[in-house]
Amino acid sequence: MSDVPQQLQYTKDHEWIRREDDGTVVVGITDHAQHQLGELVYVELPEAGRPLKPGDAMAVVESTKAASDVYAPLAGTVAGVNPALTSQPELVNTDPYGAGWLVRLKPADAGPAVALLDASAYAALLDAAH
Amino acid sequence: MREPLIFDQGRPGRRAPSQAPGIAGPTDDLPAGLLRRAPPPLPEVSELQVVRHFTRLSQLNFSIDTHFYPLGSCTMKYNPRASNKLAMLPGFLDRHPLEPEGHAQGYLECLFDLQEMLKAVTGMSGVSLTPMAGAQGEFAGVAMIRAYHVARGDAGRTQIIVPDAAHGTNPATATMCGCDVVEIPTGPDGDVDVDALRKVVGPQTAGIMLTNPSTLGAFERRIAEIADVVHGAGGLLYYDGANLNAILGRALPAAMGFDVVHINLHKTFSTPHGGGGPGAGIVAVTERLEPFLPIPIVGRRDGQYRWLAESDRPQSIGRLSGFMGNAGILLRAYVYMRLLGAEGMRRVSGFATLNANYLMKRLAAAGFTPAFPQRRASHEFIITLKDIARDTGVTAMDFAKALLDKGFHAPTTYFPLLVPECLLIEPTESEARQDLDAFAQALIDIRDLALRDAAEVKRAPLTTPVRRLDDVRAAKQLDLTWQSRASDRPNPTASPN
Repeated sequence: MSDVPQQLQYTKDHEWIRREDDGTVVVGITDHAQHQLGELVYVELPEAGRPLKPGDAMAVVESTKAASDVYAPLAGTVAGVNPALTSQPELVNTDPYGAGWLVRLKPADAGPAVALLDASAYAALLDAAH
Repeated sequence: MREPLIFDQGRPGRRAPSQAPGIAGPTDDLPAGLLRRAPPPLPEVSELQVVRHFTRLSQLNFSIDTHFYPLGSCTMKYNPRASNKLAMLPGFLDRHPLEPEGHAQGYLECLFDLQEMLKAVTGMSGVSLTPMAGAQGEFAGVAMIRAYHVARGDAGRTQIIVPDAAHGTNPATATMCGCDVVEIPTGPDGDVDVDALRKVVGPQTAGIMLTNPSTLGAFERRIAEIADVVHGAGGLLYYDGANLNAILGRALPAAMGFDVVHINLHKTFSTPHGGGGPGAGIVAVTERLEPFLPIPIVGRRDGQYRWLAESDRPQSIGRLSGFMGNAGILLRAYVYMRLLGAEGMRRVSGFATLNANYLMKRLAAAGFTPAFPQRRASHEFIITLKDIARDTGVTAMDFAKALLDKGFHAPTTYFPLLVPECLLIEPTESEARQDLDAFAQALIDIRDLALRDAAEVKRAPLTTPVRRLDDVRAAKQLDLTWQSRASDRPNPTASPN
């Protein structure tokens, strides 16, 4: 069964979101997503400062099975990316909620967001798919 | 058995003198800086070693000539020997591409007739044979859509709509043509979500790329409505001919509302296929796109065949190859189509769909789960192994590997992406019922073994020259250059088992 930490928020596209004390938001893909993709061989990350609308493709995670877009969960700009993934994309597999984070966003002051799920709603979505 | 690299079979100083030039030519006219100081690091082997090495490698091939090859979406059908034989007549084989038209009337007539037959099977009014692969055909198709809009002064149409079940090449093609990709979802029954389509079309829409039957192995039932929506918004419809085998001689892409088609001759029209080609991805278009077709095209005037080039087609998107695409492949497709005739083409699609439906029903009766059980299969179908993967840990990839030990090429795995743990199975019209039954039995046996002893299935393949390859490492470490010293050489990309 996939790991779904309680303290995070999720999207139906199998991304997780963590709100930081400094107001930024960290985004990654879930344990379920990394498991479905298999070991990643490449991660494409956005340039810092790039403005994003909710639903914009902001990163690409690629395994030997598939390449998948990762979408911006809310409006904002790219505040930073995980530099370790360039040489070690497999960190997304081994530690999806920690060392395998993808993008840090600075949210726009007021802007739309995609619908976010709490941990129990996301876990229910995974159950429904199985 | 594993065949050693030819470099590892030699001995220092060994030569194959019968293959070497009898007389060494003088080198005093070459610049001194370009002369080698040491012999090139070629394998030092005898002629017989070379013959044995490459013969053994050829015997390791897994091919349609030796085995059932149900690789979904690839149409790995039998390539009739007659096509090879007739395309290799000396008059074709020894032709020079710059031969004057007057000396090439027979060759040009074959290509002209091929163009006409392709018009007949698509319902389109113009054909260009030059694209040398499916990807190039797709590129030509979308480039023509762009050129059409630009020529009308409607250059703001830059969006290409692609269903989420599409081949990965479709969004790649749109991007290569400078368009943005807009993805639309598939409904639960496997058809395109037409309501979602209505929401994304507009004055920015260049067109939509569709495969019909789709990659899910089902016929797009609302295709006429989709055509109305896209045409109503000013866009064009692109038909990816990947699955033409299912409807050959029975339904015309033009009648469904498509404006441009590409056809993989190496799929539907049975030219040799796999291992990187050579392929042929011809394009066919309706009248309004004809001026933009890639050149050259074969024309006929006063009973004489001639090349139509820049001066005849000033609005053409241009040339995709130096001469006439993969000329020998075009000839093979021509012979195949002439062998079949119109009636034979209907038989192709009839047996391709019958074989797929027979196999789907047989597997469903044995307890496998079709992805779209309520739909009749086209020429291919999907089963999902997610239940058995959940219960035993044996995945679609494990089934694929275990099939190799049973003498079957694996179906396409993990594609399309929307269906978890899937196998996409395309038997083609080439197979007899006993081959389909044997394949079904192999899947049943693997499933039964998975329930008894999952670890044993995960050991497969046991009989192939190499076992499970490390595909992650192969994707990450792209340097495949042979190093002359063993200590420099990376380990073979195989797992330890």
